[in-house]
Amino acid sequence: MPEFLQKLERQFYVCFIEKDRWKYIVEGLGNTLKIALVAVIIGVVLGAVIAIIRSTYDKNAKNMRPGVGRTFLAILNWLCKVYLTVIRGTPVMIQILIMFFVIFAFAKDGVPVAMLTFGINSSAYVAEIIRSGIMSIDEGQTEAGRSLGFNFVQTMWHIVIPQALKNVLPALANEFIVLLKETSVACYVAVNDLTKGGEIIRSTTYVQALPLFAVALIYLALVMFFSYLVGKLERRLRTSER
Amino acid sequence: MNDNSLIKVSGLKMYYNGGAIRALDGVDAEVKKGEVVVVVGPSGSGKSTFLRCLNLLELPTAGNICVDGVDITDRKTNINLHRQKMGMVFQHFNLFPHMTVLRNMTLAPMKLLKKSKKEAEAQAMELLKKVGLADRANAYPSQLSGGQKQRIAIVRALCMNPEVMLFDEPTSALDPEMVGEVLEVMRSLALDGMTMVVVTHEMGFAKEVASRVIFFDEGHIVEENTPDEFFSNPKSERLKLFLSKIIS
Repeated sequence: MPEFLQKLERQFYVCFIEKDRWKYIVEGLGNTLKIALVAVIIGVVLGAVIAIIRSTYDKNAKNMRPGVGRTFLAILNWLCKVYLTVIRGTPVMIQILIMFFVIFAFAKDGVPVAMLTFGINSSAYVAEIIRSGIMSIDEGQTEAGRSLGFNFVQTMWHIVIPQALKNVLPALANEFIVLLKETSVACYVAVNDLTKGGEIIRSTTYVQALPLFAVALIYLALVMFFSYLVGKLERRLRTSER
Repeated sequence: MNDNSLIKVSGLKMYYNGGAIRALDGVDAEVKKGEVVVVVGPSGSGKSTFLRCLNLLELPTAGNICVDGVDITDRKTNINLHRQKMGMVFQHFNLFPHMTVLRNMTLAPMKLLKKSKKEAEAQAMELLKKVGLADRANAYPSQLSGGQKQRIAIVRALCMNPEVMLFDEPTSALDPEMVGEVLEVMRSLALDGMTMVVVTHEMGFAKEVASRVIFFDEGHIVEENTPDEFFSNPKSERLKLFLSKIIS
């Protein structure tokens, strides 16, 4: 056996087999998936609400009768704009530091804090993606829904949002992929995610390459797997166009 | 007010840009139950705006619209309930592309009238048979021709059992050979006694089916009459000019 292979085998043993160090990776992977999954749910729900407020304001405010409703919508829209500006205007690294060391300084477990932080961060980007989706749906769809007697919320829910989501699915999938990788930032606030798992192994074994490549490979595999799932979903949704 | 009056419009105004553009400038009109009112006029005359005001898709600047004796421009009126009784057909069909034909037709009856799926589908199939499209029930809108789409749009509105049907240039976006099939559906609807308000350029349809023809120009009703009088004996110069242009 060539010498470098023997060395690799030895390093592999030290990094992953000895003292069951592979468990750091598995535990980290679990946390990364948990954080990404909860964050994407928070992001999509919050983002959709913001998108609906913003697009409703953009489309309808001019035609609404003056009164409480229009004022309320204008205030909500302004709040959403401020929120988007702040969240998109600051690095997620700073956001998670602020969340963990200032706002939730009492928190012992970093995982829920990370879920919330990445959820909020993602919501700002998702909001703009969904808003572009809503704005891309022909006004006639809304008019057809309203003329049948659906109220505004029903029209959005049954008619506009399903079409909008379908149109922005690739962009949303991309956002999820970005989010999945971005969660690696969480290792800075003592969250045992996938990146942290690799770092623990690296700092205890002093082997540099193997843990880093292992972590990178797992992220890559995850992203490829989710891309594949989204591709399948897209193909299924496309049936209505043929 | 006449007892069988269904829609009564008074002093309807629609201004844009603070009155710089006056799409409607004081319109009074009435539609009686069972009437087929055809609205014609040059483009930009306000006829489409007038129609879209009738179910408040456009919010008028001033004036009143009474449907069944209820003023729908009143803020307290629940416009959604009124729209359920006013079917509307659009120039560009506006079918829901993510749903099958059947789902397009049953969505509103199931969600709004709380009909069971079975009941809603039975009614939808009945209507589809009438317009000769029963075999397309499970197709998606993108698989249909323009004429088929518009016929589906008409029966989708009919699924809500409306008291009046509003048509906004229903044949203007169609290939010429598909106009006939849509007009045929509208004609049989009129024969069934449906109250209809139709904005159209199809003068043949107006002559044959209308109980009354209204001529719009520059946001006003210039002339209205029975189709016979309207076409053979126009009174205003503007209408004479209009008719001479379209008939030649």
